[in-house]
Amino acid sequence: MPEILVPALSRLEDTARLLLDDPGFVNMYEEELTSWVGRPTALTHAPRLGEVWGGEIWLKREDLAHTGAHKINNAIGQALLAREMGAERVIAETGAGQHGVATAAACARLGLDCTVYMGSVDIERQAPNVERMRLLGARVEPVTSGDATLRAAINEALRDWVTRPETTYYLLGSAVGPHPYPWLVRELQSVIGREARAQMLERAGRLPDAAVACVGGGSNAIGLFHPLLDDPIDLIGVEAGGTSTELGHNAASIGLGAPGVLHGSFSLLLQDADGQIQETHSVSAGLDYPGVGPEHAWLAETGRARYESATDDEALAALDELGRCEGILPALESSHALVGTRRWLAANPGTTVLVGLSGRGDKDIDILRGLRR
Amino acid sequence: MSGGAALERSLRDGGTAIVPYLTGGYPSMTGFRDALEALSAGAIALEIGIPFSDPMADGATIQESSRVALEAGASLDSILTAVEKLAPLDADLVIMSYLNPLLAYGFERLVPRLAGAGVAALVVPDLPLEESTELGSVTREHEIGLVQLVSPVTSETRLAALGRASEGFTYAVTMTGTTGGSIGSGEDVTGYLDRVRAASRAPVLAGFGVRTAEQVRTLAPHCDGVIVGSALVEVLASGADPVSFVTGLRQ
Repeated sequence: MPEILVPALSRLEDTARLLLDDPGFVNMYEEELTSWVGRPTALTHAPRLGEVWGGEIWLKREDLAHTGAHKINNAIGQALLAREMGAERVIAETGAGQHGVATAAACARLGLDCTVYMGSVDIERQAPNVERMRLLGARVEPVTSGDATLRAAINEALRDWVTRPETTYYLLGSAVGPHPYPWLVRELQSVIGREARAQMLERAGRLPDAAVACVGGGSNAIGLFHPLLDDPIDLIGVEAGGTSTELGHNAASIGLGAPGVLHGSFSLLLQDADGQIQETHSVSAGLDYPGVGPEHAWLAETGRARYESATDDEALAALDELGRCEGILPALESSHALVGTRRWLAANPGTTVLVGLSGRGDKDIDILRGLRR
Repeated sequence: MSGGAALERSLRDGGTAIVPYLTGGYPSMTGFRDALEALSAGAIALEIGIPFSDPMADGATIQESSRVALEAGASLDSILTAVEKLAPLDADLVIMSYLNPLLAYGFERLVPRLAGAGVAALVVPDLPLEESTELGSVTREHEIGLVQLVSPVTSETRLAALGRASEGFTYAVTMTGTTGGSIGSGEDVTGYLDRVRAASRAPVLAGFGVRTAEQVRTLAPHCDGVIVGSALVEVLASGADPVSFVTGLRQ
């Protein structure tokens, strides 16, 4: 990280550590989660899909959270921090637009000025979310540099931040970037795994054999996995396999990447032999990032979690099956987790799987319509 | 005396240095080599930027020069090969690179090669002091200075630590923002540079947004030299003569 951002990052860490332990702040956050986000989100049993795939499937329904994905858990938590820190403006990056919409909504809710950087390629393929951000009062800044997707948007947000580091709060949306973000985002997303664990015990009377989530930067996955780390549960992250395993045709940083430093964290990256970061491809804009949260790289290295990938076609097929069997249209990102679930049940028939259904598919309608033609 | 220590001495003894920055491999590998050779005559030091796919500390000009260089196939290896063909140059060389290309090359393999190519100092804009122990132990072994950057928002305590640690020179970023932005008002900048100079063991070079002779005159009494990057890259992009541009900055 550039020296210019060191004071801002250490101020953020100090404040976050203080406030996340402060009962007053935690109450305020939990009140927003309950009355505005709509938590706890449902845990849905999926018996028809389970019959087809051969096991017990439980869906943790982050698609039912306000603004349609898990991103809101982090956005409202960090926006509260930004307000406490007296920030004059909030900036954010977005890929699929889900984090952008969540940030725009949280900033509107708290009366904070909001600017969202979004790659021009993503603006094209996630047009409904661009409109939603604007309706919520945010400025959307198109980013045409680099690959014009999520990673370019992060670069541009960082350039904005180094220009006004003292008055700006950078509301990063995934478990990536410089410390303290991977930690902070994990803390705010862990509500997913805490709720799901309690709901499984209450509804199914047992913990699942496996928990599966999609992984781009990995915020919903770490939110689901973290509270389950000490349980005897197989943890499976599913990366975007895109169209093939060739560099540039996928976003599978753990499966196909090498160690390196991008955006202030040391993790696994899709890069060439010279250390240049490579372009990625996934049908889901939200997984289109050439790196992964450092904690996932660590969980992969220690073997506590296992990571695999799902291709665009496999994800689309799984999306279709869930829609037809259970009347739930998942986001393209979350459909990758369903592919992991199907595979797990094929190998372990009759077992119980908890799926992190991170978001809803309404934003993907244009892409899906295009693919059907 | 060699490397970082020699650079410190030349900067102290040489009057206000104007340190030209070139993006390695831009506008082409040949164009880069010609500019490097021409600018080296009479310069105390020259800075070479290694292009990176994600130059988050750089403004539009250096983003674009990096993109062009990478598309033409430039890499840390090919840029060093070009530099080695010209060695020894009159000027001390400073390499500026984001961390990841250095990691990919490997510190242990890279640093001896840098020393052999006449590189006196290394600037890594995304490597904060706290994370620089590993690279620093290798650069010290080969007497290459590992430069620390300071900025106008750096606290006094931190400035003291960075000023003690920096080797070769201390890189005083003149403003908050990316390279090529516009520099702040006179008094803000000169007061800041005086503070950096007081805290710094090594000479101080000011950089980010320096583009006119008038700015150089304003900054000169408060630092040991200035780095001219984006403005020079723009000159190269337009096909104009980089040497006369740099000479013009001394007027």
